[in-house]
Amino acid sequence: MVRTKASVRAGSRLLQTIIAVALLGPGAALAAPEWNLQPPVTPIARQIIDLHSFIFWVCVVIFVGVFGVMFYSIFKHRKSVGHVAVQFHENTTVEVIWTVIPFLILLFMAFPATRTILAMKDTSAPDMTVKVTGYQWKWNYDYLQEGFGFYSTLSTPAAQIENREPKGEHYLLEVDNPLVVPVDTKVRVLVTAGDVIHSWWVPAFGVKQDAIPGFVRDTWFKADKVGTYRGQCAELCGKEHGFMPVVVEVVSKDDYAKWLTAQKAKAAAAGDDPGRVWEQKDLIARGEKVFAGNCAACHQLTGKGVPPAFPALDGSKVVNGPKAVQIRTVLNGVERDGKPTAMVSWKALSDTDIAAVVTYTRNSWGNKTGETVQPSEIKVARQ
Amino acid sequence: MSSIPHDHAAAHGEGPDGHAHHPTGIMRWITTTNHKDIGTMYLWFSFTMFIVGGCMALTIRAELFQPGLQVVNPEFFNSMTTLHGLIMVFGALMPGAVGFANWMIPMQIGAPDMAFARMNNWSFWLLPPAAILLVGSLFVPGGAAAAGWTMYPPLTIQAGMGMDFTIFAVHIMGASSIMGSINIITTILNLRAPGMTLMKMPLFCWTWLITAYLLIAVMPVLAGAVTMLLTDRHFGTTFFNAAGGGDPVLFQHVFWFFGHPEVYIIILPAFGIVSEIIPTFSRKPLFGYASMVYAVAAIAILSFIVWAHHMFTTGLPTAGILFYMYATMLIAIPTGVKVFNWLATMWKGSLTFEAPMLFAIGFLFLFTLGGFTGLVCAIQPIDVQIQDTYYVVAHFHYVMVAGTLFAFFGGTYYWLPKWCGRMYDAKLAEAHFWLSFVFFNVTFFPMHFLGLAGMPRRVPDYAQQFADWNMVASIGSFGFGFTQLLFFYIVVKAIRSGAKAPAKPWEGATTLEWTVPSPAPYHTFETPPFVK
Ligand code: HEC
Ligand SMILES: [Cu+2]
Ligand SMILES: [Cu+2]
Repeated sequence: MVRTKASVRAGSRLLQTIIAVALLGPGAALAAPEWNLQPPVTPIARQIIDLHSFIFWVCVVIFVGVFGVMFYSIFKHRKSVGHVAVQFHENTTVEVIWTVIPFLILLFMAFPATRTILAMKDTSAPDMTVKVTGYQWKWNYDYLQEGFGFYSTLSTPAAQIENREPKGEHYLLEVDNPLVVPVDTKVRVLVTAGDVIHSWWVPAFGVKQDAIPGFVRDTWFKADKVGTYRGQCAELCGKEHGFMPVVVEVVSKDDYAKWLTAQKAKAAAAGDDPGRVWEQKDLIARGEKVFAGNCAACHQLTGKGVPPAFPALDGSKVVNGPKAVQIRTVLNGVERDGKPTAMVSWKALSDTDIAAVVTYTRNSWGNKTGETVQPSEIKVARQ
Repeated sequence: MSSIPHDHAAAHGEGPDGHAHHPTGIMRWITTTNHKDIGTMYLWFSFTMFIVGGCMALTIRAELFQPGLQVVNPEFFNSMTTLHGLIMVFGALMPGAVGFANWMIPMQIGAPDMAFARMNNWSFWLLPPAAILLVGSLFVPGGAAAAGWTMYPPLTIQAGMGMDFTIFAVHIMGASSIMGSINIITTILNLRAPGMTLMKMPLFCWTWLITAYLLIAVMPVLAGAVTMLLTDRHFGTTFFNAAGGGDPVLFQHVFWFFGHPEVYIIILPAFGIVSEIIPTFSRKPLFGYASMVYAVAAIAILSFIVWAHHMFTTGLPTAGILFYMYATMLIAIPTGVKVFNWLATMWKGSLTFEAPMLFAIGFLFLFTLGGFTGLVCAIQPIDVQIQDTYYVVAHFHYVMVAGTLFAFFGGTYYWLPKWCGRMYDAKLAEAHFWLSFVFFNVTFFPMHFLGLAGMPRRVPDYAQQFADWNMVASIGSFGFGFTQLLFFYIVVKAIRSGAKAPAKPWEGATTLEWTVPSPAPYHTFETPPFVK
């Protein structure tokens, strides 16, 4: 049912587009974002869009000129209208002309492009710096000067992706925790990755930087309009590559200051005194969230995994065995033949989060160990 | 080379066309050293892989018909994009070009066969095992390689044994290409008929001569890159692992040092085919023959110094970006020269529009469009927005499908009468062109919009604002796919029941292959012709 409705809707939208194109002509259609680069909100993105328009129109003019000649020839020089071939096959003058003129046109294109490149590469004198780390399949944002950070994961429910629910407005372009930055501020972005190559891309900023494990690259942007800007990972990074959006909220400087204070308070509170002793049900509730955000991409919400690539945790020997082994697995990841597997180390999670997720997996689905793992145990295991 | 006349003496014997001593049935094909037989096998192999890769493309387009996951899961989707790319590049386009070379180069230069006839057999028969490895990898535990045809580590280090299958397939296909290239170079340099100087050679031979040098230069580099992947995966090296002192980006440099010349390896023979067709149906010699040769050479040389334009978002230093951008833009000049020369060849000709000419004009029109989008991609700031998006997908399908594949269709319609001695149904062939032309554009033109609007490539699902154009593209792709069944029908019908073809079915044709009867006898030019 749902699927039929969805296809009817998609079909009608298609029809609308066709009609819009037919009635309004390409001029009107070009204004819609589905046809062209997204509306820019940084000086660089604006320069890029101008560059693109310039080169686009130059190409259109050349194209029309060149193929005007071809179609003239096709209509006038055809055998069926009795045209007899003229047997020339060389002309140094025109050959020189059509080598030199394109060269000059290219010079005109290279000049503004060079200017933009120099501006893009100038990451000096930033007002603030954030570090972005790509993981399979989420982003980590680290506010280096403020001393806190968080993960940012797709928040579109699986039911929408699997067509069991209607899709929301920002389907696949929404996250739990967006990156928040102040308006009119030069933000330097340090980009790296923890596993494979990703690419951090926000079209409205004109920023795309590959995130390369083991290396830190930098780029920058200065957004001049408050709003929410959405992009995606742009480098194939495995199974969920299509499902790791980038969302940046640009807020006023005041709102940013408030947000910072709140975040710091939250970080302090969630700094989760590792000595605290938790109730099992609280840990399980928290663990479910940690699991959904970090582990379900591979092991699945059902705990069944995707064997053989990603093993089931439901019924797993490790999860139902001694807890020390499982804690070690999660803390250190799994190596096979001396090489890291997709099961990487989860050390970056807090003691409480690891305790929660371990407790959760040991008491979910078919697993009924009844055991609780406290943050203090993780703290010990880390040493 | 002394073995060539010898071979033929043995094979020739009684019958006027020398069939007498050849094995028949399947053994004829397995043991053949005849350039025409081998050319035929290359072409059928290419077509088979084209259909296999095409089915994968249609799987991709079916999944992308609507937002949401409907047809396949994301991992299988990634395997489809990966195998589609590898199969089309290494299985369909490259062997297709070698098929044309095998058939036409000896006949165009007045040589009796390829220089190394047995190696020719071997270089073909390496391909089916490679294809089996690639397609078979779908059925191994963990599935086929799913990291894209570009095989970037560290993602490829994580992959299962399907990746090892892919690596070995690439090794084998590389060996086959290198042998084929040595053969082509030797044939062209040593076996030309008396009077056939290099600068009198048909342009198709020139483009292949230069392509063969490119292949010899870069296939070993690709083999090196995938071998490093293999040792990183299994033998503890860390070429591409920063933790061990390596660098993941190193792979990209090595890969694209192969990869950019590779795109010219794919397009240059197509240039050659089009340069044969356009003069024939314009009834005029090719305009600017010498500048065409120089342009091909210039493109080939430039192709070695532009590779990092595929890596504009990896964080190259400023000087690197500027260098690769300028160098890439320069390629527009010799490419432009070629387009202008083709147009000047048509200018004041006496044009007719048989199927080969239609495909050549379609090539000219759409390839040029792909050239323009290539120029747009070369401008690094713009590339930052469109790299790894559907814009790039549109760009390279304009040059590879509307470019090379259209040239192959044109070449097939041009030479099929020579190959099988029969004409095809001209009306159907024209219909094949128009359907291909329309559906090609319905499929790939909207991808420019998708890319500009921000849709990344290699994703199994997408946001709502991309829904309309994806639906259009998917519809077009099925149209394009089914149209190719018509091509199959046209060719088979011609072979089985086409009208008898004259030695020279095209009024304007001038090259040597048209001086022999149709179908070309099993052995041609055993006594070399004399070229004035
Ligand atoms: C990128 C995919 C991925 C993610 C995300 C992931 N895992 Fe794993 N996990 C694996 C793989 C692959 C293995 C099997 C490794 C091996 O044995 O080769 C594994 C193994 C395990 C095992 C051992 C299971 C067994 O029976 O051997 C546990 C326990 C586990 N993971 C827990 C977790 C937890 C908890 C999380 C979230 C914090 C998580 N994993 C996130 C891929 C992943
Ligand atoms: Cu990704
Ligand atoms: Cu390139």
